[in-house]
Amino acid sequence: MMNDLDQLEAQSIYILREAFNRLDKIAMLWSIGKDSNVMLWLARKAFFGHVPFPVLHVDTSYKIPEMIEFRDRVATEWNLPLIIGQNKAALAAGMSPEQGRVTCCSALKTEGLKALLAEHGYTGVIAGIRRDEEGTRAKERVFSPRNDTNEWDVRDQPPEFWDQFKTDFAPGTHLRIHPLLAWTELDVWRYIAREGIPVVDLYFAKNGRRYRSLGCAPCTGSIASTASTVDEIVEELETTKTSERAGRAQDRESEDAFERLRAAGYM
Amino acid sequence: MSNTSPLKIVVVGHVDHGKSTLVGRVLHETGALPEGKVEYLKEVCDKRGMPFEWAFVMDALQAERDQGITIDTSQLRFHTGNRPVLIIDAPGHKEFLKNMITGAASAEAALLVIDADEGVQEQSRRHGYLLHLLGLTQIAVAVNKMDLVEWSESRFHEVEAEIRAYLGGIGVIPTHVVPVSARGGDNIATASTKSPWYQGPSVIGALDGFSAAASVTDLGLRLPVQDVYKFDHRRIIAGRIESGRIKVGDRLVFSPSGKSARIASIEGWAGSDISVVTAHAGQSVGVTLDEPIFVERGQVAHLAEGAPALAHEIRARVFWLGRDPLALGDRLKLKLATAEYHVEVAAIERVIDVEDLGSHQGAQVGRNAVAEVVLRSRGAMAFDSFGDNARLGRFVLVHGYDIVGGGIIAQALDNRNIFQVDHQVTTESRARANGHKGGVLWLTGLSGAGKSTIAMELEKRLFQKGWQINVLDGDNVRHGLCSDLGFSHEDRTENIRRVGEAAHLFARAGMLVITAFISPYRADRDRVRSIDPQAFHEIHIATDLEECERRDPKGLYRKARKGEIADFTGISAPYEAPENPELALNTDGKSVEETVSELVAYVEAEFGRNAVESRSA
Ligand SMILES: Nc1nc2c(ncn2[C@@H]2O[C@H](COP(=O)(O)OP(=O)(O)OP(=O)(O)O)[C@@H](O)[C@H]2O)c(=O)[nH]1
Ligand SMILES: [Mg+2]
Repeated sequence: MMNDLDQLEAQSIYILREAFNRLDKIAMLWSIGKDSNVMLWLARKAFFGHVPFPVLHVDTSYKIPEMIEFRDRVATEWNLPLIIGQNKAALAAGMSPEQGRVTCCSALKTEGLKALLAEHGYTGVIAGIRRDEEGTRAKERVFSPRNDTNEWDVRDQPPEFWDQFKTDFAPGTHLRIHPLLAWTELDVWRYIAREGIPVVDLYFAKNGRRYRSLGCAPCTGSIASTASTVDEIVEELETTKTSERAGRAQDRESEDAFERLRAAGYM
Repeated sequence: MSNTSPLKIVVVGHVDHGKSTLVGRVLHETGALPEGKVEYLKEVCDKRGMPFEWAFVMDALQAERDQGITIDTSQLRFHTGNRPVLIIDAPGHKEFLKNMITGAASAEAALLVIDADEGVQEQSRRHGYLLHLLGLTQIAVAVNKMDLVEWSESRFHEVEAEIRAYLGGIGVIPTHVVPVSARGGDNIATASTKSPWYQGPSVIGALDGFSAAASVTDLGLRLPVQDVYKFDHRRIIAGRIESGRIKVGDRLVFSPSGKSARIASIEGWAGSDISVVTAHAGQSVGVTLDEPIFVERGQVAHLAEGAPALAHEIRARVFWLGRDPLALGDRLKLKLATAEYHVEVAAIERVIDVEDLGSHQGAQVGRNAVAEVVLRSRGAMAFDSFGDNARLGRFVLVHGYDIVGGGIIAQALDNRNIFQVDHQVTTESRARANGHKGGVLWLTGLSGAGKSTIAMELEKRLFQKGWQINVLDGDNVRHGLCSDLGFSHEDRTENIRRVGEAAHLFARAGMLVITAFISPYRADRDRVRSIDPQAFHEIHIATDLEECERRDPKGLYRKARKGEIADFTGISAPYEAPENPELALNTDGKSVEETVSELVAYVEAEFGRNAVESRSA
């Protein structure tokens, strides 16, 4: 019989295959964090060892150097069709977290992504968000439409049931596809343990601290932890009651900061 | 840590009855909320200058918090102490029914929340009805806001009786009816001292009483083809096993094509060296076949024994979410598993009033309503009835870009085992797809007999019934096809010859063609008949000359009598009435309505569904 991870895996594979079949031009976002590594792994399973679409990485230039090293190593090892994008104009104009965290995120991540999507004309991007991360993500659809300016209309989402996803759209619209929506942080780590999926070392505790969530260096804090292996992380998460994004600064600026970020096109 | 999948439970009910509050409270009582969440929400409520709202745990959108209403469904996991649960909060406002369905459709059990003070309301009933339609039979009820009725035992029993009566009407017996105060946390996780008269379980206890959906592994194999990959030397048929199991060597039959081949391998992925020889329901798999048969997305693989139904016409119960009502003759895309079919609404048999469970006749199904309809597809559809196998017995309807409804299949209306569908489009396959035969209804009669009026009215009536129908009359051929012709004998003969040929072409394409020409010469009409005697029905509109001349709608008889028009049929040119018409209609003293009704009955008997059935049986 299938256990919970088997079921999550089968469902995610189903979603990836739907996206690949139903949409003309898709790409997968790779943040180099644990979730997107799991997503890549699932894609390799879904397509029998191939990743039949480009893997996009939006480089904010503020990522922790280890992440970039990891990216380049795994991309070579798995033979990934990697495309890297960057909002060079904003960086040249001096964009940094000092301009305000939400502003910086919008400029470097959201705008960087939008430019990349526009340049290649993707009609669908696969992103590794999960419902348990925070409240507005809990409201997401698996196939989530974005209008021509990348906005998310949370007040009027299409119905989605019986795994019949809305894949027909007026020109100009594109889709965000979320194969990991139903997973939790703990599921992700248990799956990483079971499958032996590589993750960047920053997740493992050194000198009593580790990263639980990886973003840009200036905005991601580490947490106190002694978990230095995947198994120890699983054990830690089974008992912890702090939230995963507690270390992310941009979520806390105001009640609706994150919703505004997301409505405007952030992941 | 358990590794069983969480039980999916949806929380439904009328707007404002306290669903989100209850979910927030359940998550809190079971320790599922992260540290600091409650304090954070307290801060949020303080800033908004309002008392603490447990609903804000789930109602995370600004618009939801501003309006105090859930807009979209969301879900979170928690552990009851006995097992993991995925709790799905659904909106109660009728404007967001599509979101309620989105949440409820995947659930295995439901909790229906009813405000003790307001009692059972419209959406309490509608949600109850829809749960049942979606196939959910495990329903518990929470009578909430007991604090507002001072924990009155008699009020509780009143509400309990009301909801039991309604659910009983659709064959559902609630597992428990629990008096609660979500806001106060009473009877949520533990028994409250405020209801000493209540002996049943708390909400958590009631949720623990639900059982997981039955396994579908023991049902017949259904493997809808999702895609076919050719990334390397392998040609892999990919899909998710919806029910049953497969093993290497099984002979798969693909419906509706009827082609079959054996499973040569169940594929793993490069990097995994475990060779797999069996797989079962729930798994997303890839198989290769021992023969290179043509397989494509949408086909359903099954074993020779226990095949799915195959039909063009189904009776289904649908819930309609479209902004515009669903009407007879509407054309929609039906998505069932991975297949897409183009269907037409062939009948709206009854519209169900979810308030009193009564049903009425209706030509339309309004937004959020439920109805029993007949859908007809161009191609044969492979499916199961919902009762036999829910996963292949349910579908969504798409109009334009949007999902506008869903439904479950009650039965096939023309089920037959057409395993080998030939690739040519035959007259018969057209007739099956259209639900009627093609043919030519040749109306003949004097000027003013009523041919055009009758033809147009008949066209309208049949069109509304979903027929493929077309009228040819003087107006639409004299300007184009026959614009080079006049009214001499030869020209009239040529005119009829061309119209006859065109009409038969349409008929062969599956349409019913109505022609409205005086066509005075018997020989001309007989020549048209001879093109395809089976398809040709001569209908004499037998209004006599006297009556036609009395009507004289265009003043032509008057002019002809004065000699202003030459060769006028009946006056200065002959009309050769049919000797053995298939039907002669006397219109004297009858309204157009009556005559057309007579004709509709004739057409249905001669060309309609029964004629198609008896022909092909
Ligand atoms: N007095 C009292 N008020 C309650 C109780 N439960 C909920 N409420 C209040 O009822 C109002 C509506 O509660 P919600 O939880 O938002 O209702 P809902 O059913 O989720 O509403 P929708 O999702 O919009 O359909 C809120 O102001 C709650 O505080 C209760 O047990 N007692
Ligand atoms: Mg609510």
